[in-house]
Amino acid sequence: MLAFTLNGAAAIVDMPETTPLLHALRGPLGLSGPRFGCGAEQCGACVVLLDGRVAYACTLPVSAVAGCSVTTVEGLGTPETPHPLQRAFLGEQAGQCGFCLSGILVAAAALLARDPDPEDAAIRAALDPHLCRCGSHNRIIRAVRRAAAEMRGAA
Amino acid sequence: MTSDLDRRAAPPGRLPGSLAANPRLDRWLAFDAAGGVTVTPGKVELGQGILTALAQIAADELDVSLARVRVQAASTPASPNEGVTSGSLSVQDSGMALRHAAAAARAIHLQVAAQRSGVPVEALRVEDGAFLAPDGLSVGSYWSQAEAGLLACDAPAEVQPKPPSARQVAGHSVPRLDLPDKVFGAPRFVHDLRLPGMLHARVVRPPARRARLVALAEGPLPGDATVARDGSFLAVLAASEHDAERAAERLAARATWEAEDTLPPCHALADWLHAAPGEREAIAAREDPAGDPVRTLRAHFFRPYVAHASVGTCCAVARWLDGTLEVWTHSQGVYNLRADLAKALAMAEEDILVRHMEGAGCYGHNGADDVALDAALAARAVPGRPVRLLWSRAEELGWAPVSSTMLVEVEAAIDADGSIVSWQEEVTSHGHSSRPGRNPAPTLLAVEYMNPPRRIPNAINPPLASGGGAQRNAIPAYRIPRLHVGVKRVAEMPLRVSALRGLGAPANVFAIESVMDELARMAGQDALDFRLRHLDDPRGRDVLLLAAEMCGWRGRARREGFGLGLAYARYKNSGAYCAVAAEIEALEQVHCRRLWIAADVGEAINPDGVLNQYEGGAIHGTSMALKEQVLFDARTVTSDDWETYPILRFSEVPAVEARLIPRPEMPPLGAGEASLAPTVAAIANAIHDALGIRPRAMPFTPETLASA
Repeated sequence: MLAFTLNGAAAIVDMPETTPLLHALRGPLGLSGPRFGCGAEQCGACVVLLDGRVAYACTLPVSAVAGCSVTTVEGLGTPETPHPLQRAFLGEQAGQCGFCLSGILVAAAALLARDPDPEDAAIRAALDPHLCRCGSHNRIIRAVRRAAAEMRGAA
Repeated sequence: MTSDLDRRAAPPGRLPGSLAANPRLDRWLAFDAAGGVTVTPGKVELGQGILTALAQIAADELDVSLARVRVQAASTPASPNEGVTSGSLSVQDSGMALRHAAAAARAIHLQVAAQRSGVPVEALRVEDGAFLAPDGLSVGSYWSQAEAGLLACDAPAEVQPKPPSARQVAGHSVPRLDLPDKVFGAPRFVHDLRLPGMLHARVVRPPARRARLVALAEGPLPGDATVARDGSFLAVLAASEHDAERAAERLAARATWEAEDTLPPCHALADWLHAAPGEREAIAAREDPAGDPVRTLRAHFFRPYVAHASVGTCCAVARWLDGTLEVWTHSQGVYNLRADLAKALAMAEEDILVRHMEGAGCYGHNGADDVALDAALAARAVPGRPVRLLWSRAEELGWAPVSSTMLVEVEAAIDADGSIVSWQEEVTSHGHSSRPGRNPAPTLLAVEYMNPPRRIPNAINPPLASGGGAQRNAIPAYRIPRLHVGVKRVAEMPLRVSALRGLGAPANVFAIESVMDELARMAGQDALDFRLRHLDDPRGRDVLLLAAEMCGWRGRARREGFGLGLAYARYKNSGAYCAVAAEIEALEQVHCRRLWIAADVGEAINPDGVLNQYEGGAIHGTSMALKEQVLFDARTVTSDDWETYPILRFSEVPAVEARLIPRPEMPPLGAGEASLAPTVAAIANAIHDALGIRPRAMPFTPETLASA
């Protein structure tokens, strides 16, 4: 049995310790936000936050998160109380198929937590490990900027 | 077979788009007493935003708020059969059908309300679904008449949809209906489907194309994993994904395959294409009076095989029950998939239910259909239980159909006035479609491995009237008095090829627009002026002029290391108009810094959605131009991860400015694919502007540019 905090609530999984976190999140924990894209830390579709830092759920063994706090896109906000990033992505219509967005949103949240007013180059650098095939990159960069401005205004 | 284009044509008295083949109104839409309308198109969401555009069209014609419209995903046999969602044809096929069907539904409902109330039908108006008399009193609504079965009839041909000026929803940008689920991580993809008792499956792929499984050593598997095998098709099933993955690895180590070298030389494909046997077809032969040629250009252009490279991998869920099969799929065509599943599994089509669910971005015929048969084969081992089969990244990049490598050889001449007098062009390519449901033999990957194995038929080129395959955009749109274009389709396909965004257009437009630039230079003319001089279509001229204005073409100043290039194409020579200007910076490699896109799509249902497609297509084109190439050895694809098949990243994407020329009164021309090919060509021309090197082979890497 492994215990950790998932999106602010206590979570327990009973799986072999080597099971990738992604399978735990999408399996017994019932989430759909973190996605399988490559299984090799090359695309960012599975990215979650581990104690606030970006982590690849596709390779991270579930044992490594014991006692830690894991945040997925579901933990950022809800349709009723969206995170400013989620609101900004909808505002900019920053997505097409949307498969890459879960990882990109949490990576952007980690960026804004450490840099509330990032330059475009910093946004591109933070999102560079994330692949988007539909070509929504420029809208995504605009959305991150928009969310940053909103969060600074609210602070 | 009726082509997409044939079905779309609607002479007076005939029904538009897919309505001609599916005229029953209740196949397209239904009202409910609770105040909702469900539309049931046969086209599917691929990430392109079509569901939103279709909902807008229905809301507009019905005079209901967009929030009342629900778009139901396509399924057999409930949805109208609209073939495949492809070719940037959904608004034309499905949208125009739905517009007519909704207008008909509105007229029928109003007629009934008029008869019941005694208010003349001309005096009634519709306000968010309520039928109001001149005094403002309601005399009924779609919702109150929902149960009357009024749509159980064929659509009348004489219905008139609203004039463009009366549209209040279509033609205006609205937020995409599917995006909220995607930013909140809600289950929406087929990958997210979870059914009670569902098992997870993985395929064990052979080390070579069409290898035979000759031995499989016995041994334990992790957890409860079991094997499903049909000939040389090998899969594992387990209750947990982790066990299924580990079991697949173990099983792969226990399999012995009989394999042969079957693939062409990866690094000498242009020569291989040139020499390959095939059938040649002349697609243009014009001999009009022309001036005397004074200067002649000969050049050839090459594109390697390229991959779909979606960020998600293919996935399907299948369940067998009493000899029937139910499949959840992100296929582009549920009926086409059903037809090939029936052939592959020797079943009746009626015994197969196919339901669409969204997948990751789809840019053409990827592995979505293949994985559905894989899932069905795996699930056959456990009747009654749903089985979710997910491809690995290596399968996605290595086993899905790829887009054909192409060679375009051009000889063109100008006269003393600097006008083009002749143009001879030979295109060599595989076919560009091996989609399911169109051939007597199934085209799904696993049929080459099942017992008995069946060869997948050679890919075809759809007829030019339907947009063509290798022929797509092969005929220059410019005024050329002596014009000869031939297309050779290679007789075999060692690597399975099929449709990918643009089909033949990226290679053909790269060739044509490069030659146009070179001819302009030979003639001592500006590249924009030279194009305008040879282009009669006023809408084509308008997008060229707009793109030139957006990028400051006329007043441009040279900057060391930078180059600006221009290109134009009308997609399929019959669809949307698009001109692109590209600015590149040549450092140790070429970087595309900015793109300016001018487009004319006719009527745009959701203008912001169209712009999103144009921006995305241009970034896809940039990636294809600068980075993409399928690599393989004699037996199998070796570019099977993101390091060996890199695509454009956040740090590399150009800034993109896109503008639409509004033409709300003109028929819609499609949106999804038009910006890709001219982007490739504009980048090539910008490279020449910066470096004086004429790119001849994609991708434009230091290696290929060095040999140009």
